[in-house]
Amino acid sequence: MSTIHVRTTVNGEPTEFLCEPAETLLDALRNRLGLTGTKEGCGTGDCGSCSVLLEGRLVPSCLVLAAEAIDREVLTVEGVAVGDALHPVQQAFLEQAALQCGICTPGLVVAAKSLLDRNTNPTEQEVRFWLAGNLCRCTGYDKIVRAVMDAAEVMRNETSEVRA
Amino acid sequence: MATIYFSAALTDFTGGIESLTVDVPRVRELMQAVTERFPDLADPIEIMAIAVDGEVYQEPDYLKLGENSEIHFVPRIAGG
Amino acid sequence: MSAERTFEYIGTRPIRHDGLDKVTGRANYGADFTLPGMLHGHVLRSPHAHARIVSIDTSAAEATPGVKAVITGKDIPKTNAKLSLGEAAMELGPMGDNALAHDKALYEGHAVAAVAATSPEIAREAAEKIVVVYEVLKPVMTVDQALAPGATILHDDLVTKGKPLADAPKHTNVALRMELKRGDLEAGFAAADLIVERTFTTPMVHQGYIEPHACVARYGEDGQVLVWTTTQGHFIVRDASAGILGIDAAKVKVVPSEIGGGFGGKIPVYLEPLAIVLSRKAHRPVKMVMSRDDVFRASGPTSGTKVRMKIGAKKDGTLVAASASLYYEAGAYPGSPAGAGAMCVIAPYTIPNFMIEAYDIVVNRPKVAAYRAPGSPAAMFATESVIDEIAQKLGMDPIDLRLKNAAQEGDSAPYGPKYGPIGLKQVLEATKAHPHWKAPLGPNQGRGVACGFWFNAGLNSTATVSLSADGSATVVTGNPDIGGTRVAQAMMVSEELGIPVERVRPTVADTDSIGYNDLTGGSRVCYATGMAVIKAAQDARDQLCARAAKIWDVDPSCVAWERGRAIPLNGASDKEPLTVSALAAKMTATGGPIVGRGAVSAPMAGPGFATNICDIEVDKETGVSRVVRYTAIQDVGKAVHPSYVEGQMQGGAVQGIGWALNEEYIYDEAGHLENAGFLDYRMPVASDLPMIDTVLIEVANPLHPYGVRGVGEVPIVPPLAAVANAMAGATGVRFTDLPLSPPRVLKALSGA
Repeated sequence: MSTIHVRTTVNGEPTEFLCEPAETLLDALRNRLGLTGTKEGCGTGDCGSCSVLLEGRLVPSCLVLAAEAIDREVLTVEGVAVGDALHPVQQAFLEQAALQCGICTPGLVVAAKSLLDRNTNPTEQEVRFWLAGNLCRCTGYDKIVRAVMDAAEVMRNETSEVRA
Repeated sequence: MATIYFSAALTDFTGGIESLTVDVPRVRELMQAVTERFPDLADPIEIMAIAVDGEVYQEPDYLKLGENSEIHFVPRIAGG
Repeated sequence: MSAERTFEYIGTRPIRHDGLDKVTGRANYGADFTLPGMLHGHVLRSPHAHARIVSIDTSAAEATPGVKAVITGKDIPKTNAKLSLGEAAMELGPMGDNALAHDKALYEGHAVAAVAATSPEIAREAAEKIVVVYEVLKPVMTVDQALAPGATILHDDLVTKGKPLADAPKHTNVALRMELKRGDLEAGFAAADLIVERTFTTPMVHQGYIEPHACVARYGEDGQVLVWTTTQGHFIVRDASAGILGIDAAKVKVVPSEIGGGFGGKIPVYLEPLAIVLSRKAHRPVKMVMSRDDVFRASGPTSGTKVRMKIGAKKDGTLVAASASLYYEAGAYPGSPAGAGAMCVIAPYTIPNFMIEAYDIVVNRPKVAAYRAPGSPAAMFATESVIDEIAQKLGMDPIDLRLKNAAQEGDSAPYGPKYGPIGLKQVLEATKAHPHWKAPLGPNQGRGVACGFWFNAGLNSTATVSLSADGSATVVTGNPDIGGTRVAQAMMVSEELGIPVERVRPTVADTDSIGYNDLTGGSRVCYATGMAVIKAAQDARDQLCARAAKIWDVDPSCVAWERGRAIPLNGASDKEPLTVSALAAKMTATGGPIVGRGAVSAPMAGPGFATNICDIEVDKETGVSRVVRYTAIQDVGKAVHPSYVEGQMQGGAVQGIGWALNEEYIYDEAGHLENAGFLDYRMPVASDLPMIDTVLIEVANPLHPYGVRGVGEVPIVPPLAAVANAMAGATGVRFTDLPLSPPRVLKALSGA
């Protein structure tokens, strides 16, 4: 089997790489592009540590083939902050102590961002169900849910300031 | 004078004696006194930690004993 | 002393120093490390739960293009060496045999060979070409099977340590039997008005850390070894790997990565010795990463247990006698936390007459590792369920019953020594006073309460505090930061030196760069390593005072330290105070770099107590239950960074809820694990849970300068019984077997 030439956009940068046909997007990101912020916790799509956005859609990158990224946009945790400005979710995670070991944090940051991209006024229940695909074993989710709710509020205030 | 208490599980090795009071300066000398008196205790207590006045130590050999120190042997524990 | 001391930094909630790297994906964990020319290792694992290894033919694997090394048990020396790690001594022989089987595969997933190749795929395919001839033996999967007359014996040379029963068979699967006794058991039970006796079981469960084990090892031709790994104790990885392989510890340097959870499971070595030996054979660095399947089958979950518990009480609620038999699965080699369970099982209560026996039993399951307060949750599940039932039968409030019997300072712990200041009564009072305890329940809801106990470890720690010329500081320790300990250590330096937390940089150093440190575990880092940090900061502070004396040309006794400044005392009263920055700027002129060091062997002390209140709602048609409200109350001594203390309590509670409601290892009769993945091993997810409310009680631990107690482990102890007691309230059925999964609940309800 021959390798596949992938032309894609990762975190806003046009990117090219060669990959094996069976190679996952997760492996390509980590091993070919050096983007090790995306973590592998299970390899079966159950833990959410490898969450990325593919064309804006939240996916576990361990269940996506690298070749599926051709001509599409991928956003990883490394692309969530813009320059030195952390995304409100990242800032809220720091302020709320919403991480302990931190291994699930990249996936949760990406997942929470994708929720807040759609809905900056989620209920606690909406946050909990949106994040149900991201396992965290350290925190019991309490501070994570609070952080996402806080980030939503920050984003709502930013929007209203812009409008004003 | 320090008093060493033998738990019920250890009295099998002390001929039923439950405590022993000895005049020794440190834990090290205490251990020597205990194992001289009860040679059969040497094995079981080798894998135990030692509580001196309520504080549990792994190797308190050179710890000075107080006027009325109480010593217990306790099983070692692991932590997660 | 801590009671009077007011703090400037301790008790505040600064942002952790390693936080930014962790929210941006920059932090490097075990699998994130690569080296030029690195090979990839793959482990071939036994498909059988119990089998003699007759022969291994590696020739086809070795002949595969891209394969650079193949190893089997023959490459791992058999050793009788032990490692005294402060905690229970580690037997390196079994640890090496567990890493790569010598003669027998003792559980499904036991490593039997390993391959290093130029890609993970080649390594895996080559491993599949290794031909292992097994003589399959009957597996022993439960403590009942292991104890049955005529049971298959796992280890021919196993003898029961401790205090075996007089009539116990010589050929056995019982590795240890221990006893704790006090008073007159028969007389105690004879005096009881009510006796409740039940047998409880808990399943084998996994710590469930999200990051699989991973390491990279490089063996140099000069015998120097470098290992990068994710671990709770890199000094243990060094000493255990060196000990197993018979190499000098000084030749091994271990660099800890960030660690993606451990909870006790990342203390033993699994991959590291294999990666070192593969690298030695291949002359190239070797990376090894476990799959999630490997983690479930072949790391170290915690014991499945059976506990028979009998407690006698007077009508007024006074507990007069208790007897307990604890049977803990050790997995394939001796070493379950049965002994710790025995010491914990009635630790919260003053019961004058008791007899507790504990059995450590080998079975054909993975060798258990520590899991948060190892031994305590299963033991206290039994105690706290029985106590709840006694309260119910006596018509007493379950908190009042506990308060009546609660241990306090001066009482003798069941394991011997007297307690110092402990906070159990304060925790129970706070639980009773909490609005949650009196809140109304909805239909199909029940409320449960339960206590938990854990010792908290001390052990060895080293720290250094160095000042920069600009007055900022670094603090270096040797404990992997598993949940925010770096920031706590920086806060302690701030407290001692009076410089802001942001001006203190905390670092976790490798085994070459800091003195010895025992593991991150036993709830000891903030307590014991914290003591080393405080000592190091105080050492630096004393040096700063001496420098001030030099500048002022006065005797050092004329200088004191106050709020971040050297201040003049009598004999130097004409001098202006000097700040850390002013003193640090004069470092060169006053004697050179300022480096404070602290090294401690901290006693194990400052036991922690906690209670949990759980409200559960049960759907009686499906058996599905849901925790609807949860409150955790704990004596934390002194919370250094309250957010991370709360986080420990919340995370531990949720792990315990998972243990109670869903998690279990499910084996078929042949000993094959049927749910080795997160889909079927059901850990709690965000939508399963409510917020976890916390109440921090601070009863200062006199052994720590700030009063800190270990906080990380106690939180997982109360939930098992709190959930089960809530379930009893909701359904009227007393459940004794965990997990309370929907099929089990439904079955019990339909039978009731």
